[in-house]
Amino acid sequence: MSAAGGVKDETILEVRDLRTHFFLRRGVVKAVDGVSFTLRRGEVLGLVGESGCGKSVTALSLMRLLPKGGARAIGGEVLLDGTDILTLGDSQMREIRGRKISMILQDPQTSLNPVFTVGDQLRESIFRRAGGRTAQIMREAVAALRRVDIAAPEQRIGQYPHQMSGGMKQRVVGAIVMSGEPEVLIADEPTTALDVTIQLQYLKLLQRLQRETGMAILFITHDFGVVARLCDRVAVMYAGRIVECGPVQEVFEHPSHPYTQALIASVPAMTGPIGRLTTIEGQPPSLMDLSAGCRFEPRCRHAEARCREAYPPPVGVGPDHTADCWRLQPA
Amino acid sequence: MKRYILRRLLHGIVLLSMVATIVFFLGRLTGNPVDLMLPEDAAPEDRVALIKALGLDGPLHEQFFIFATNAFKGDLGMSIRMRQPAVEAFFSRLPNTLAIIPWAILLGTCIGIPLGVVSALNRGNILDRAAGTVGVLGIATPSFWLGILLIFVFSVELGWLPSGRMGGPEHYVLPVITLGTFLVAGFMRLTRSSMLEVMDSEFVKLARIKGLHEGVVIWKHCLRNALIPVLTLWGVFVGNLITGAIVVETVFAWPGVGRLTYEAVIYRDFPLLQAVIILKAILILTINLMVDILYAYVDPRIRLT
Amino acid sequence: MRRIPWIPITIISVIVIMAAFAPLIAPYSPIDQTLPDKLLPPFWLEGGRGKYILGTDPFGRDILSRLIHGARVSLIVALLALTAGGGVGLAIGILAGYLGGPVDSVLMRLVDAAFTFPAILFALLLAVTMGQGMATLVIAISLLLWASFARIIRGEVLALKQRDFVALAKVRGCSALRIMLTHILPNVLNTFMVLVTLNIGVVIIAEAALSFLGAGIPPPTPTWGLMISEGRGRIADAWWVSLIPGIAITLLVLSVNLFGDWLRDRLDPRLRQL
Repeated sequence: MSAAGGVKDETILEVRDLRTHFFLRRGVVKAVDGVSFTLRRGEVLGLVGESGCGKSVTALSLMRLLPKGGARAIGGEVLLDGTDILTLGDSQMREIRGRKISMILQDPQTSLNPVFTVGDQLRESIFRRAGGRTAQIMREAVAALRRVDIAAPEQRIGQYPHQMSGGMKQRVVGAIVMSGEPEVLIADEPTTALDVTIQLQYLKLLQRLQRETGMAILFITHDFGVVARLCDRVAVMYAGRIVECGPVQEVFEHPSHPYTQALIASVPAMTGPIGRLTTIEGQPPSLMDLSAGCRFEPRCRHAEARCREAYPPPVGVGPDHTADCWRLQPA
Repeated sequence: MKRYILRRLLHGIVLLSMVATIVFFLGRLTGNPVDLMLPEDAAPEDRVALIKALGLDGPLHEQFFIFATNAFKGDLGMSIRMRQPAVEAFFSRLPNTLAIIPWAILLGTCIGIPLGVVSALNRGNILDRAAGTVGVLGIATPSFWLGILLIFVFSVELGWLPSGRMGGPEHYVLPVITLGTFLVAGFMRLTRSSMLEVMDSEFVKLARIKGLHEGVVIWKHCLRNALIPVLTLWGVFVGNLITGAIVVETVFAWPGVGRLTYEAVIYRDFPLLQAVIILKAILILTINLMVDILYAYVDPRIRLT
Repeated sequence: MRRIPWIPITIISVIVIMAAFAPLIAPYSPIDQTLPDKLLPPFWLEGGRGKYILGTDPFGRDILSRLIHGARVSLIVALLALTAGGGVGLAIGILAGYLGGPVDSVLMRLVDAAFTFPAILFALLLAVTMGQGMATLVIAISLLLWASFARIIRGEVLALKQRDFVALAKVRGCSALRIMLTHILPNVLNTFMVLVTLNIGVVIIAEAALSFLGAGIPPPTPTWGLMISEGRGRIADAWWVSLIPGIAITLLVLSVNLFGDWLRDRLDPRLRQL
């Protein structure tokens, strides 16, 4: 998908060497350990990886909503429109949250408050953005629901979450988030909990909203198919680091990191005859004791001695396309 | 909503009949109910009259039928000691009990719930530990002893407050504190644990994502949900208030139905005790029904099914 | 993981030892009256004597001795009531949870009813109809316990029922009774032990409250609740008669509760929300 052109090159969000660690009694879990990427205005960046690789923790770090008790962003910068939000005070961050940067959570069943009506929860975020009179807010709330394709919004607005289906709840979440008019939207596997038939509808909705508003989306998923359908660029994450990043087409056609290659080989092709699917041998490393070397080394078919010694620096392998692998390093 | 209330009402009636049945059989357990229901020096003709009135010479099911019809008509027998219908004795004392119970509930709610919230927000630090200590002490201290302790400190030693009997507002202070302490401790512990659970949930995360103020997130989004388990256990608390009132009214010589229960026990006034228990069951069920309605108001998932 | 609660364990051990060897430890008879020595304060107060460390009651009985013997009554009642009430609750919980269906709904309705209606009221009624005594007290307090045991054990059994070893036993052709006894029961014993510990405090307070209300073990047998009740009228001139037994109750209940919390965290952390 390509968004309304022109503004594409302007960076809205830049993450530099983000490190988020969980300090537990058993030890330190390095959930995010040196993640860097940029998100440009109006683009959709896919963040792909297996569960437990640090995708969601990255997202929560960007929102500054890490779980209390041990989780801390200990290093790096998150530049949102030029300001490092990791250094902001709590109230400054609250001003930004929902307005400049917002997020859709994974499970619509639990992301709405069961004891308040949909309208009530929607009005909260409209009121926060625009203030205004009750009647005005009410009209806007109805319009917000209509915008996410909810039929009969006037009736739905007085209903409680438990009276709605999962797909509809996730639309409501979308409406709530969109009514803050964020410039950056993080979508953390927003379709994983939905029925397969509804997933596609929801992706199309997101795509439409993105086009209408020109917001930038960081789309977190473990599904390469979704990435191909929705994203402009993709970043592949493994064990707390981004191992490869580039335009979707480029990465699909020329996957350069062995992990990306293995991932793509394990996904059935959308078209053409179904070939042999491969699996990746072994398990991802424990984020509690990571070696100094490449994290994929223990599972990598091409592992060499230097892979064990140090983490490989990123190498440009194509236009706007980098990968962290020693093999790609010019000799 | 109507169906929900109707269903709760029906539950209440079933429960009430169970209580009444148990009371009936316990009265017959020892063999001769006449001994239980009349003073020891009762005249023989009184005995004969009672046997006739309650059908005690007939089979058990006929006796039960008479008991049930009488109970339905509001006749639960004559109090031995007070020489008046037991139901009358109960209702003449009831206002005095109802005069302290709401205050105890208010105390428990206004102190216990906020304390639980604050404790959850400060999990693990000194404030939480202090509140936790109050909580475990409040549960471990028997209320009758707490009442005596308060009398000793505030009436005997300091002379600030009266040690008992009804009277002006100052007479209410110690009984209400004594009765309310358990509620404060119970509400606090329950609110704390359910707050901790709710604060971890996704909808709270979404509320924060919206950029709502922390105060709105905690006191609106979290607390409303955290109160649901508190209300679910309400029945237990009501029961505790009713039994708590027995010892508290005894300690403070408060002329309510709790004290009446105590008197019925120590004077072995079976008809009075039987009436008190059945009427208290009605009282408990009424309060529970009111709480059920409140519960439905707090949790729409109940209201709308 | 919490640290082992040594202070509560010490307090509980001291009280248990006192109760077990009461006649050997108590300096005086708990029942014999020495009227000339009545209402003596504890030794540290003016007029107190070293003879009676915690003072004497209105009948000149040594409070320490009565306290020691009273611990015995409290603990025996607790032991019997927890065995009876807890045992019934355990059986009902397993039956309801494992058999399910109508058995489950009927039993759980009963449990709901028991939760709504305070068992203390039945206990008072029992005391009047059956007369005061150990048996009445134990039955009365068991009534207070069984429902909460049944409800929690049932929840555990429902979860266990889904486990593979139960399915395997069924496939092997074990009877329902056999499965309940050999597969379910051993697996809920941890929970049962935690519940027993957490309920000791409930029983001790209930016993004291019933004694206080004149529905417990009849005088002159010393019980803590009765001691508080007897001293109530003398609070102005002899506070120790009433307040000292209360301190003993609070201390013991506090200790068992803290110990129970620790045990729960070790054996069955899922019960936390209780």
